Amino acid sequence: MHMADALISPAVGATMWAATAGLIAYSAKKVKEETDDRKVPLMGVLGAFIFASQMLNFSIPATGSSGHLGGGMILAILLGPYAAFLVMASVLIVQALFFADGGLLALGCNIFNLGFFPCFAAFPFIYKKIAGVDPAPKKIMAGAIIGGIVALQLGAFSVVLQTVFSGISELPFRTFVLLMQPIHLAIGIVEGLVTAAVVIFVWKARPEILEASRQSEPIGPININKVLLGLLAAAVIAGGALSWFASANPDGLEWSMFKTSGKEELEGGGGVHASAAVIQEKTAFLPDYGFKKSQSAIEPEESVSQSWPAIDPGTSVSGLVGGSLTLAIVFLIGLALKRRKIAVP
Amino acid sequence: MSKISDNFLDIGYMDDLAGKDSWLHRLDPRAKLITVIIFIVAVVSFDKYTLSGLIPFFIFPVALVALSGLPAGYLFKKVLLVLPFAVLVAIFNPLMDQKVIFHIGSLGISGGWVSFLSIILRFILTVSVALILICLTGFNAVCLALSKLGLPKPFVVQLLFFFRYLFVLTDEAARMSRAWALRALGAKAIDFKTFVSLIGHLLLRAIDRAERIYLAMRSRGFDGRIRMIRAMKINSREFIFGIGWSVFFVLLRFFNIPVKLGALVTGRFS
Repeated sequence: MHMADALISPAVGATMWAATAGLIAYSAKKVKEETDDRKVPLMGVLGAFIFASQMLNFSIPATGSSGHLGGGMILAILLGPYAAFLVMASVLIVQALFFADGGLLALGCNIFNLGFFPCFAAFPFIYKKIAGVDPAPKKIMAGAIIGGIVALQLGAFSVVLQTVFSGISELPFRTFVLLMQPIHLAIGIVEGLVTAAVVIFVWKARPEILEASRQSEPIGPININKVLLGLLAAAVIAGGALSWFASANPDGLEWSMFKTSGKEELEGGGGVHASAAVIQEKTAFLPDYGFKKSQSAIEPEESVSQSWPAIDPGTSVSGLVGGSLTLAIVFLIGLALKRRKIAVP
Repeated sequence: MSKISDNFLDIGYMDDLAGKDSWLHRLDPRAKLITVIIFIVAVVSFDKYTLSGLIPFFIFPVALVALSGLPAGYLFKKVLLVLPFAVLVAIFNPLMDQKVIFHIGSLGISGGWVSFLSIILRFILTVSVALILICLTGFNAVCLALSKLGLPKPFVVQLLFFFRYLFVLTDEAARMSRAWALRALGAKAIDFKTFVSLIGHLLLRAIDRAERIYLAMRSRGFDGRIRMIRAMKINSREFIFGIGWSVFFVLLRFFNIPVKLGALVTGRFS
């Protein structure tokens, strides 16, 4: 469920970075306020635990596949939402840097999708309501499974939205949703089951661990409104700051939205879709534009500067030739640098 | 499982690479981090049908590898390992977008294939540069740079703890897995009940370990901050590196060099 850099637009990436950075700052402040520094080593070691536990897989009966512990929920149960969010973020940072899981620009998306929903949606509103005050195996089981399902459904939907808003992948919204949600229903159930089983194990062996983590949380309901408000503000600011980009290039947010909804031809296409289709027609640059251009390929200066963001088939022949040449030059430079490097020391 | 343990070996190896010495290694991590981010933004901000405009950007990873002496083959293999993921998502583009947008001879190329290739190029560029960053800088230095750039202290400290204990706990999990495999008579994956007990014990041990670490550090004067020896300094070298590359990326972003070069060549030969 990791997003990759190659699939998102800068506007989406920056918006999610802003949202995630805000959440990290807020969570760090909360962790500092509510706990002693004892929790900081515990957070780090539990992050390492999540990572290490993924080396162990269990078999899912009757399917032939195997699963492992996901992380977000169990961290929230053991550490509370704020610390859990920070730990989840660091797990994802290491995955992005070392395994190239996702990417640097997509890191904001990934932390949001896999950290925000379990820690700030599923844990406080579902798990805590069901199993919070007086945990018992059945309550833990119910809370963790429902929480797992909700967290993964929201996360998967968020992946779909980010992909569609970016407009790099051609996958239409409806197909993508129909693909993602059922898969993540299954994953959510498995995740909830494992989480519940491990939490029950800890509860039976060392109940004081759950006790302590519960007490260190802020009393009363978590002030999620504040978080959401800050998030919204961050998104608006980032979106606004980047909208010049989106409007300068038709590959921005709005354009891709229009494009998918126009192409998809939803049956119930009401006012929005109708007008979107009109705009899409207006902004469409493909219809028989390219072949006129291809004759004027000799003067690429003009066509490049005019229709630069759009695909310009007129320049594509020169693009092909020049591209291969550039690639060759790049690697020649590389070789030259390398040789010089060897010669110097 | 063996794949995952290979991945962990990789973390150690990549950190070793970061311990080598070249002027690129010695560069302030902040300069490298920011330059890499500008590179990534420039690459992903291209229109989805862009192919030729992306190619000159290969100069950045190629130059970094060539100048720092990082093993190019190893990095290439690592990028290839994760490439199937990009292919999996991008493969829908040729299916969904079949409009032919240009011809090579009599062969029509659809927009979907162009955007498919564009995604693959973006992926290779962004992934390879991120990997090179970590191989040139090391995780601890990247964390330090992040903290200097304003990431909250508690977050950075637990990130450093996390990285340090990653290796310890991974060893422990690998030992458990081996012990299970020796007793499991060739079973392929752990059954659920055993799995829960294994993970549960791993968790309890992790919590105890955290407690011991905290007490040990406390008795040595830990006050919630981690101090580093290597001082970070932005000098003219960092300026030239960061500004130079960034200006270059912006130029590449707005002037399609391959198209001009191609026009020059085809214009001369036609």
